[in-house]
Amino acid sequence: MSGNPRRGFLGTAAAALAGVALAPGIRLIELAGARAPGEPVTAKVRWGMLIDTNQCATGCTDCVTACNRENGLQDTGRPRTDAQWIRKIELKDLNGGRQHSAPVMCQHCAHPPCVDVCPTGASFKRADGIVLVDRHTCIGCRYCVMACPYKARSFVHENLTDQKPDVPRGKGCVEGCTLCVQKIDRGDGITACAEACTKAGHGAITFGDLNDPQSAIAKRLRELPNRALRADLRLDPGVRYAGV
Amino acid sequence: MATLVHRELSAGAWRFYGPLLVLGGLVAAGFAAFLYMEINGHHVTGMDNQMVWGLPHVFAVFLIVAASGALNVASVASVFGKLEYKPLAPLSGMVSLCVLAGGLAILAADLGRPDRLIVAMTHFNFKSIFALNMFLYSGFFAIVGVYLWFMMERRMSRYSSMAGLAAFIWRIVLTTGTGSIFGFLVAREAYDSALLGPTFVIYSFSYGTALFLIVALAALRWDARALDGAQTARLGRLLAILTAASLYMTAVFHLTKLYVTRYHGIESFLLAEGGIYPLLFWVGQVGLGGVLPLAILYAPRSRGTRAGVLAAAVLVVLGGLAQMYVTIIGAQAWPQPIFPGWQESSRFFDGEIHAYAPSVPELFLALGGVALAAALVAVGVKVLPLLPESCTDSSSPPPTSPPARPR
Repeated sequence: MSGNPRRGFLGTAAAALAGVALAPGIRLIELAGARAPGEPVTAKVRWGMLIDTNQCATGCTDCVTACNRENGLQDTGRPRTDAQWIRKIELKDLNGGRQHSAPVMCQHCAHPPCVDVCPTGASFKRADGIVLVDRHTCIGCRYCVMACPYKARSFVHENLTDQKPDVPRGKGCVEGCTLCVQKIDRGDGITACAEACTKAGHGAITFGDLNDPQSAIAKRLRELPNRALRADLRLDPGVRYAGV
Repeated sequence: MATLVHRELSAGAWRFYGPLLVLGGLVAAGFAAFLYMEINGHHVTGMDNQMVWGLPHVFAVFLIVAASGALNVASVASVFGKLEYKPLAPLSGMVSLCVLAGGLAILAADLGRPDRLIVAMTHFNFKSIFALNMFLYSGFFAIVGVYLWFMMERRMSRYSSMAGLAAFIWRIVLTTGTGSIFGFLVAREAYDSALLGPTFVIYSFSYGTALFLIVALAALRWDARALDGAQTARLGRLLAILTAASLYMTAVFHLTKLYVTRYHGIESFLLAEGGIYPLLFWVGQVGLGGVLPLAILYAPRSRGTRAGVLAAAVLVVLGGLAQMYVTIIGAQAWPQPIFPGWQESSRFFDGEIHAYAPSVPELFLALGGVALAAALVAVGVKVLPLLPESCTDSSSPPPTSPPARPR
């Protein structure tokens, strides 16, 4: 059977059209290192950040502002009980007086103490290295806050209003930097803090896949001497610091 | 030798319900504090994101630690065969159960999401000391409950020494677990020591014995039951040796920390320069809670007297609360070094010594837990035959006769 030539042409054309239509999407997913919808998170990717304190400007808090905006964190005028996912720490070397400024957030450890101590397993590490809190099983015991060496966890001390739909939060639960997981999962390929830092022209925060040798972060990690905070604890954090 | 008989509290209606009403009022105040904190959120307390555990935890951990030690008198009778401690053994078991319940009630009421207690009982991360402790606490209720039943039920009394041994082992593990809640926190310089587990075990011996003695002396007085001088003196000696052991562990713990240079900052904060914390340590924990009780228990004039033993027990309890305050609050007040070797400052209070002032709701929540424990003991001695008709050496079985099986 020779078949209908017109049908064959239509089939080929449809396949070509589908290819043309889907290819950019597939390419974009690839570019962003993101998952296709429905695809599970895998350990092939490990998200992380490199903070270059030589580029970080003293007094600049754009990363903090961007984080608060992206995740719906509000200033209640009570700083001691307000949640803080990222903060700027001003540093002065006790020997010599060298000064630096550095954003500090959840370090997304490979061996997170918060996950170890959480009684219900609400603190957990995703396969791609992001450390999160399951807001459905957090009982608000604050043991993870006690255990975190980076002061990266906050307890929600009061009722919340105007929450972001894709950033679930709640009074009585503990929370911290999610590496803007909602942005990663929709394929933005960057966190709000890194985006803001780049926009401000500092470029002190590089976000990316630590497992991909071709990624910008992997290249910068190779170029710049860098270290983990509290490296003595051997938690293998996903956030690294250069300059301090 | 008179037969050892245990009998329910026979105090008249007002002598029983009067104190119970006061305790009930305190429990209600604690419940109101719990509702106030839960409805408004923890920002109405003195706790914040720097001091996440506060006064409720000081009382809760104290009670949980003391609960295990309150079993001492029963253990000494059952496990070590010192039958002269037998008259007070059932009360000892009851006090340990009630005090644990009071401590756990405070902890549960302070949770950010107490409504999710069922989650805590159905989702377990077995690497978490907290999760393991949940099994240790519920197991303690079961084992001590059975032990108490065996002690009180004549047909089962021959098994009571076995149950007593199981309870003894369980509570050592339990208090090791409670101490390890802190010991495994490597991020906090005041902790990060494997010694905290055994230190808490020794603390539990003295705090629990002291708390038990206060309850026992009060209960015997409440119902005008006899307590002879030999019994009082013996209980006093027990408290003295355990208080001395606590002082020893305190010294060992801090000396081991002082040996490590990187801990000199936190140790000098807690022991010398930290304001309220050195005061609570030296005056509260060491002075009032250790040295003074020992002086009272060994001074010729007060040795073996009921007033002396009671005063020493009250002081040991106060010293224990001071110790928990220093251990829990003092440790959080000290800043965590994120960039060691650098001076740190931030809007999130990095590099600063954190202040803490307990709020009224926290105090009532804590006192509510204590009152709950006391009320449970009161109801226990009213409805169960826990108190000996008289607590004298003549009412105890002969202490050294080999055929007598320890109960």
